[in-house]
Amino acid sequence: MGLPTLWRRNPESTGRVAKIQHPLGSALAGPAQSHADDRALASVFVAYTASATFWLIFATAVGLLLAFKFGAPDFWAAKYLTFGRLRPIHTNDTFYGFASIALVGLAYYVAARSCGTSLYSTALAWAGLALFNIAAIAGTIALDLGYNWGDLEYREWPWPIRLIFLAALLVTGWNLIATVARRSADDIYLSNWYTIGGVLWTCIIAIVAVLPWYQYGLGQVAISGYYMHNAVGMWFTPLALGVFYYAIPKILSRPIYSYALGVLAFWTNLLFYPLLGAHHFLFSPLPWWLQTVAIVFSVAMLVPVWGGSANYLLTMRGHQHDMIHSYPLMFIFVGVIGYLVGSTQGTVEAFRSMQAIWHFSNFTVGHSHLTMYGFVSFAVWGGIYALLPLATGKSPGRLGIALHFWMALVGSFIYVISLSVGGTVQGMDWVDGKPFIQSVVDMQPYYVWRGVGGLLMFLSHVVFAWNVWRMTRGQAGNAASPILPPVGEVAA
Amino acid sequence: MNKLLAIAGGALGIYIVIVLLVAVIPAIELSQAPAGPGVTALTPLQDEGRQVYAANGCGYCHTQQVRPLDEDKPFGRPSAPGDFAFQTPELLGSERTGPDLTNVGNSKPSDVWQYIHLYDPRAVEPESIMPNFKFLFDVVPVVPPGETAVPVPEAFAPKNGKVIPTLQAKALVSYLLSLKQSPIPGFSTAVAMGTATAATPPAATPAPAPTGYAYDAAKGQSLFTANCAACHQASGQGIPGAFPSLIGNTAVDDADPTLHIQTVLHGAHGVVVGGVKYNSAMPPFSGQLSDTDIADIVNFERSAWGNHAKPVNAADVAAIRAKGN
Ligand code: HEC
Ligand code: HEC
Repeated sequence: MGLPTLWRRNPESTGRVAKIQHPLGSALAGPAQSHADDRALASVFVAYTASATFWLIFATAVGLLLAFKFGAPDFWAAKYLTFGRLRPIHTNDTFYGFASIALVGLAYYVAARSCGTSLYSTALAWAGLALFNIAAIAGTIALDLGYNWGDLEYREWPWPIRLIFLAALLVTGWNLIATVARRSADDIYLSNWYTIGGVLWTCIIAIVAVLPWYQYGLGQVAISGYYMHNAVGMWFTPLALGVFYYAIPKILSRPIYSYALGVLAFWTNLLFYPLLGAHHFLFSPLPWWLQTVAIVFSVAMLVPVWGGSANYLLTMRGHQHDMIHSYPLMFIFVGVIGYLVGSTQGTVEAFRSMQAIWHFSNFTVGHSHLTMYGFVSFAVWGGIYALLPLATGKSPGRLGIALHFWMALVGSFIYVISLSVGGTVQGMDWVDGKPFIQSVVDMQPYYVWRGVGGLLMFLSHVVFAWNVWRMTRGQAGNAASPILPPVGEVAA
Repeated sequence: MNKLLAIAGGALGIYIVIVLLVAVIPAIELSQAPAGPGVTALTPLQDEGRQVYAANGCGYCHTQQVRPLDEDKPFGRPSAPGDFAFQTPELLGSERTGPDLTNVGNSKPSDVWQYIHLYDPRAVEPESIMPNFKFLFDVVPVVPPGETAVPVPEAFAPKNGKVIPTLQAKALVSYLLSLKQSPIPGFSTAVAMGTATAATPPAATPAPAPTGYAYDAAKGQSLFTANCAACHQASGQGIPGAFPSLIGNTAVDDADPTLHIQTVLHGAHGVVVGGVKYNSAMPPFSGQLSDTDIADIVNFERSAWGNHAKPVNAADVAAIRAKGN
């Protein structure tokens, strides 16, 4: 059997599905697509990517400044530059500026291509992009002026701004669903399950987080626990996994190892993940049963996490050699490992005995960077490097991608290791009953190393911006396609 | 179309059910949790201070929740649901770059300390990495009537002019001083609030140290660092005009330890030390520290920085404690 069995779900459906869902996309696309549609899709994808790149640079520049302040607390301590105002700007803009906008751009591209159709509405896609950006700009200004909704992590923006973000989500959900509805095949490719699911769930998250009636005192603590975790795991995770399901088969020109495993991971993720939020509030006065449920389901999460990761890794199996030729694949490989390690670490952290040491320490900061950076950001970059050149016909230079990759990898490695070790030292100081200030003193060298890692990460983002420039404005066709030839067709 | 409806609708429906069960319904119930005994709403000024706290992101470095773990004992008793009745938005926090503040109104009850610390944390805690909040203060050439200048130590004070707190700083400090756990009937608060060693025996333990002259110097110093150094400084020199020096101090460097022990047990206010009247308060420690702990601290102070006073033992402390305030 040759080529076009690629993304079919079961062998019987070969003829019907494969034609439409051929990974080489547009070449075999249905009649619904024209060159004008291609250009429209490409410009949407480019605009989302450019926007996200801006936020990445801005938010991580702020992050670098924050890291520096741990060693120099009096540096730029003025009102609008004080640590406590910049910190939520860093987190919200990496989340809702960079990662969200980049992932939605990718989701549009993947939806249209995997369904062999054009976007339902380009206008809606532009409207969504405008709304995302308005929310991020307004949120940044509000936080800097001190309009912070109670330091409630990741939902600090004043509620009207969070409604703008919700509007952006609704527009996106509508557009994605309507695009997938135009597909000519019966099957819906897995990526779209994840992206549509992610957008719909996040609409619910945003609504639950903004309604005030059940958010008094401890009630709000319950919502915070739910929110912090679901905003990460039901938004960024499914969208990033959606990228994996599309980009890995695409780069390797071979089908995903097991479609059924992907479906299983989808439903188990949905059933288990929402239940583990309260593990951020272990030992808090939240009801003990709620905390225990959270621990139990943190363990259950190993099913979708290991299942999903195995699926990606088995798809890549036998292609280790190709990774050397394909930096997009390297990015995605790191992303998969980040997903596997970060999520498994999350499970371990959820045990009460572990929490007793690590909770409140910098270990948690290391963990969130392992997941949001090692997993989500690498998935975003892998997706963009694999797919944006297909949309624009322009590639970044190999050196540029290599620089981005290695600086980001080494930087985040230093970052995560230093905070994991430092956080453990900090937690042990507390357990040993030392005067509190000892834990502050002991963290100093680890803060310095975190800064070193952070600097490398930031520099890699500048290179990324340059690469995005080359993929959009650069000369056409200056590098090889990110898509590897299918196995067996490689010249010996 | 049907398939799309099944996946999108199914995923959405299941999610809504789960969210109602694990988030919204518990939250509705918890929102109605009644206030614990002695837990009261904030005054308007304190409430404004709470907003200053949130606006400037104090919550990213400070928690306000005490867990039922030994390591959390320095911060008070474990938080109870009733403690949070008036806390919206909640400020439990998720990181302890700085210490938990649940009880800071008890452990640092002096507004002067809070002002100096906010103006420049390094002025009272040299190793601190907390940012300064100078923007919450004004520097004026002449202190206006009705205002009091903050006695910032010279090395940290502006070259010209006096430091006075803005309204925001006053609100913030009044909020910080309101942060006190209310005692829960039947729950022992004798666990060390503000003490470094969580495992210290409760005050009721019969006094050991039969010789009376041997004391645990390392423990004395560590307890001093955790409980006293914030005001009297690790150097023992205090902060002129705010916290008295303990070097050659008439209460400390004196053969009769009564005043020394009394001050530590019951606190002090408005005392004249070395001709200077101190208006900021020294907190009482009888509730948090055992007799042995107090003896260790007192002995440390009586022998450090060139002081040479007769040591005390836990029995001395117990005797003065027994006399009451
Ligand atoms: C970058 C992290 C950081 C931020 C932001 C921060 N703090 Fe701190 N804070 C610390 C550290 C570290 C300490 C311990 C050292 C010290 O006493 O200064 C501390 C100590 C304190 C203490 C003394 C607590 C005790 O028990 O000794 C108080 C009170 C305090 N901070 C209040 C605040 C307030 C109010 C704000 C916001 C206006 C704030 N902090 C913002 C890090 C921070
Ligand atoms: C919140 C700041 C603060 C802390 C913490 C503090 N003190 Fe004091 N201390 C003061 C002030 C202010 C005075 C001056 C008395 C007054 O308030 O009038 C004082 C006075 C004293 C005196 C008596 C001076 C005299 O001549 O009468 C002694 C002794 C003393 N402190 C010991 C301690 C010890 C021991 C600790 C720790 C267990 C401690 N202090 C913790 C603020 C503090």
